[in-house]
Amino acid sequence: MSERILVSSRKGLFTIQRRAGQWEIDHVDFLGDNVSLSLTDHRDGRHYAALDHGHFGVKLHRSTASGWEEIAAPQYPPKPEGYEELDMWGRPVPWSTVRIWALAAAGSDDAGVLWCGTIPGGLFRSADCGNSWEMMRELWDHPKRRQWMGGGADLPGIHSICVDPRHSGRVSVAVSTGGIWFTDDGGARWSQRGEGMRAEYVPSELTHDPLAQDVHCLVQCPAAPQRMWVQHHNGIFVSSDEGKTFTEITGVEPSVFGFPVVVHPTDPDTAWFVPEIKDEKRIPRDGKLVVTRTRDGGRSFDVLTEGLPQRHAYDLVYRHALAIDESGERLAFGSTTGGLWVSEDQGDRWTCVTHTLPPIYAVHFA
Amino acid sequence: MPKVLFTSNIQRHVACPEVDAIGRSVREVLENVFATNPQARTYVLDEQSALRKHMIIFVDGRPISDRVGLGDEVPEAGTVYVFQALSGG
Repeated sequence: MSERILVSSRKGLFTIQRRAGQWEIDHVDFLGDNVSLSLTDHRDGRHYAALDHGHFGVKLHRSTASGWEEIAAPQYPPKPEGYEELDMWGRPVPWSTVRIWALAAAGSDDAGVLWCGTIPGGLFRSADCGNSWEMMRELWDHPKRRQWMGGGADLPGIHSICVDPRHSGRVSVAVSTGGIWFTDDGGARWSQRGEGMRAEYVPSELTHDPLAQDVHCLVQCPAAPQRMWVQHHNGIFVSSDEGKTFTEITGVEPSVFGFPVVVHPTDPDTAWFVPEIKDEKRIPRDGKLVVTRTRDGGRSFDVLTEGLPQRHAYDLVYRHALAIDESGERLAFGSTTGGLWVSEDQGDRWTCVTHTLPPIYAVHFA
Repeated sequence: MPKVLFTSNIQRHVACPEVDAIGRSVREVLENVFATNPQARTYVLDEQSALRKHMIIFVDGRPISDRVGLGDEVPEAGTVYVFQALSGG
């Protein structure tokens, strides 16, 4: 089981270590800086940290034996002379990395390959552990890409990347908002997936359009890749055919709204969510912070509360801030109000590691 | 030859010492600076070579007007000052 957690926050990258059965803050890197996301490549143990310096742009750092080094950040190609692209509000779409919103390592069959999703919608692939990046032009130049829309963020972006554990050339990405996109040839060609999802916030003729879906988070079961789970803007959806079609899961209490979802590494029917009041309020219902868990593919859900605050809790958990380790026993999540909780028993009981961190953007087991 | 000064706030990310650089426009001056300090480029300019949103450049005490083309003239003995707004929480 993993003994270390990396927490990306508004004010640094915190390393949480388990010692003598207790989780504690070990150290912080990039203190004071906005760390929007981090990744551990379990193939070689290297860590990656995405920093958003605001004024100075988005940067990417990679761990070394003695610390960190700045490496290339994904860069958009030069915009063609005279070309202007406007979003649905008539604003120019920048050809520039606004945020690194997804980082994923390929499998052992694709050594050194990393994937990076960004706002405003560019997907990048590195074949050399982040020393250089190539934009997936086929996806960026796809006519339907221009119909992607901003949701909570002003601009659309790719936030979820699922690399098929059986074949690293098969990659699914999810867009807020723009649905799910899939390649089976390492990025040369892309097609839309996600039939069956339903968007209740768009004109009725677009309700079932896969392109109109605001996927908040997409995950794929490592041991059973045909199983995918989606936390969507207005619901929970499950797929048993690698994202081609989805079935909506309804009637989940206290809410089907939320951002993150994780799936058990070997049991595709077991998944966890952190529900919130939809959708403009985005706080736990009745001030009670809970995690929901299904163990039967969505037919029923447990509402997990032990160890979580049940009075006046207003923690929001972002899409990358819920994590599960490779054993499927340990989970961790962090909130926008700086709370960090860990469970050692699949969520039955939670322990608060701290509630004084900066706003947490992402959590993963390292 | 124009003189180029960078904000102190950039220095903890990438060293940008005061430097003299040839050029008759802000673009030419900065390109000559970045030729010897390429890492600084991405901190000041975006992928389209425009000035980053919250960065600002003054030439001899006056803000430049061309934030995309950086075509503002720089006098032979001019001073180019690269800095940024400070905000956030």
